[in-house]
Amino acid sequence: MKMKYDVVVLGGGAAGMGAAYGAKENGASVLLIERESSTGGVLNQCIHTGFGLQVFKMELSGPEYHEMYSDKMGKVDALYETMVLYIDFKMNKMKAMSTTGMHEIEYGALILATGARERPFEALRIQGTRPAGIFTAGLAQKFVNLENHLPGHKAVIVGSGDIGMIMARRLTLEGVTVEGVYEIMPYPGGLTRNIAQCLIDFNIPLHLSTSVIKVHGKSRLEGVTVTQFENGIPLREKERFIECDTLVASVGLIPENDLVKGKIEMGSDEGIIVDDLMRTNYENVFACGNNVCIHDLVDFATVEGEKAGKNAAIVSKGKELPERAGMITVKEGIRVVSAKYMTATEPFKLYIRVDKPMEIATININGKAIKAVVNARPSEMIEINMDPNKYDLKGKIELSAKGVKR
Amino acid sequence: MKVGIIGAGVVGTLIARELTRYEDVEVEIFEKLPDVGWGVTKANSGVIHAGYDDEPESVRARYCVHGNEMYTSLSQELGFQFKRVGSLVVAFQQEDLHVLESLLESGIKNGVKGLKILSKYDSLQLEPNLSKEVLSSLWAPTAGIVGPWEVAQAASENAVKNGAKLHLSTKVNSIKKDSTIKLETDKGTFELDFVINASGLWADEIAQSAGVKVTPLHPRRGEYILLDQPNVVKTVVFPVPSKGGKGILVLPTIHDTILLGPTSEDLPPSYKERTETTQEGLSRIIDNAKKLVPAINLSKSIRTFAGLRPENEIKDFVIIKSDEMVNIVATRSPGLTSAPAIAEDVVSWISSKKSLKQRKTFDPHRKPIPRPYEMNDDEREALIRSNPSFGRVICRCNKVTEGEVLEAIRRGAKTLDGVKLRTTAMFGRCQGSFCTVNIMKIMKKELGEEFSEIEKNLPASKIVDGVAR
Repeated sequence: MKMKYDVVVLGGGAAGMGAAYGAKENGASVLLIERESSTGGVLNQCIHTGFGLQVFKMELSGPEYHEMYSDKMGKVDALYETMVLYIDFKMNKMKAMSTTGMHEIEYGALILATGARERPFEALRIQGTRPAGIFTAGLAQKFVNLENHLPGHKAVIVGSGDIGMIMARRLTLEGVTVEGVYEIMPYPGGLTRNIAQCLIDFNIPLHLSTSVIKVHGKSRLEGVTVTQFENGIPLREKERFIECDTLVASVGLIPENDLVKGKIEMGSDEGIIVDDLMRTNYENVFACGNNVCIHDLVDFATVEGEKAGKNAAIVSKGKELPERAGMITVKEGIRVVSAKYMTATEPFKLYIRVDKPMEIATININGKAIKAVVNARPSEMIEINMDPNKYDLKGKIELSAKGVKR
Repeated sequence: MKVGIIGAGVVGTLIARELTRYEDVEVEIFEKLPDVGWGVTKANSGVIHAGYDDEPESVRARYCVHGNEMYTSLSQELGFQFKRVGSLVVAFQQEDLHVLESLLESGIKNGVKGLKILSKYDSLQLEPNLSKEVLSSLWAPTAGIVGPWEVAQAASENAVKNGAKLHLSTKVNSIKKDSTIKLETDKGTFELDFVINASGLWADEIAQSAGVKVTPLHPRRGEYILLDQPNVVKTVVFPVPSKGGKGILVLPTIHDTILLGPTSEDLPPSYKERTETTQEGLSRIIDNAKKLVPAINLSKSIRTFAGLRPENEIKDFVIIKSDEMVNIVATRSPGLTSAPAIAEDVVSWISSKKSLKQRKTFDPHRKPIPRPYEMNDDEREALIRSNPSFGRVICRCNKVTEGEVLEAIRRGAKTLDGVKLRTTAMFGRCQGSFCTVNIMKIMKKELGEEFSEIEKNLPASKIVDGVAR
């Protein structure tokens, strides 16, 4: 089948739905392509609350957020259970496959909203056996929340990412004994609110500078060895065996850009590099959400999507967008920035992550402090208002974070 | 004549297939694991060696070069992937250069074709990510790669199609001989006229239970790291060999990932199931692989694993033939490469000994599971039109469709690993975190099993346990 749309959106999660809405609101014909049989992405399995505070000014569960945003988005042409196999960025065309065959889809502008994948436990290169009973937090969440099955009866959580902490609470509520959450870094990997609401409220211990160093069990997991780490080195004398039948790994998310690898400018973290219009290195290709960088909140991904959608609609009508005028260079103290290039035409909310915890962090543009953040942590994004009226955002923009003691 | 084969690895299944070429031969394969190719077969580098490093007079030299040649037609007949990517043995020290010369010399004696010593410049032209410290290398264009378990799957499917019977999860406990041979298994006793022992790590124990004396085996553990860093090398890259064997390699797999390993650690004979990885082993792989190819990026690791290969003191295959039994012992490296040649040789010996006649109805062909991702648009369109499930992608990392998963189940996959090793679903960078549930749904529907009954691989390897309240 051959199709042609002003704007094609790849991915129907929080960012993709935002992008479809943004494009539609700005008068473009929109096609949404989704691999699963419905929109919503990971929202569908996130039955906990905490979504929507920015977009809807109320606290919603994942499915509620999905439903409310679906209503807001309204009807959009969509191809479900459809996988894009190849994109020709020169001809503005792509090939996709579904149960009805092959589809050739031409676009005026394209929005990549393909989300992220979980880093699997197996990627950590931890010694031992390879039994059943090892899950990523997202997979365990899918089993419990969507399929009504428990992964096991006694669980250890490795990594203190948000989904790991949320699953620690979820499993506890379902009667699974959660022995503890083990984090190799000296600071937690997830949001402070999740430490309070998911761990402290349920008496689940969080062990910092401690991690799993060995897996035991032939058929099904029988236990893990954990130990403390000092300067990244495991301490033999602190080794401890924990009997458990379930290991849930929450050890990071990776932007999922397999489809465009080598064709779109990407950073070393595999995220797509964009400017403040959410535009990639192609004039008419945009990206938003977790395939740009891993966000703390779903709401941020949606807001980015709406922006990408609006700009994609403009380009698809043959209008020109402003050119890139400035480039951010990341200096000391910063690990992630959500955009690299600035057109410096209007204020832009840039998200950054510091590279280590700082009691007080000053955020600096070209050496000049513009913001102070109390208790800055890599796990909590910092929002910076990149306002071209306040700062010079043309040419080279050096961004740094410096820790100051109280 | 009733022939029993113990072990459904590459050697056992290829022998089974060879035997089904003959009239009046009933072939029964006994495998103690729940699937084919899960023992020694699953646990090696997947390299079809060229055959330059086996001592010219050894048994393995004879089989390796011939086995390598056979893989071209075998892969076409049996429909498994095989790529002659070639191999490089890389020398970094002045004193390694004479090793290359002696490998070249034994390669020529063994009849290996196309061997060539390459200069530093040519080595780097061929493999630009090699360490710049390379001085010279030995190029062997006939070396190749396969998914070893796929060879066993293909051979067993073809053998079964030609009349063989496959008994999975059936462990042979002992062999008794009187007028016939009695195989005592945990699923009952089987009476046979001839037995072939292709039981890998257990071949010494099986031989002894039948009263045949062989050099005892011990497991040699090889640990590996799998990387999602396609194309960092395009050929099989070896260091110069040492006493420990061929060394730690960097190579592409047939599924476009990169494999680093193996280590080579001799374990006591009682450790025949100790496939755990070790910190020391994994560190050694990293140190050695980085020396060969500094560009490897360990943040792209997707899995580590270890396999055990059978080793004996004489470091050579031992094949003992008698009137009622053939024992194939110590199928160490290059066992995978040699397997087709061993099968051909053993079966031609049996056929002349027992005056067997070739059967006209033997069908040497087995069709692979259709793989839409590898097809062109017209082929995909036609396949999806005939069966829409081939248009629904289940595993996004490796683009495996529902149709492929269904076909894998119909061809005998009963576990998640059975599906994984037939389709590559759950084999990619997310290691199944996205697709496991959807694959279990297909298994539930197709096999009539509940989620709580589905296993990862071995008995008692349940995935989920209990119901949410």
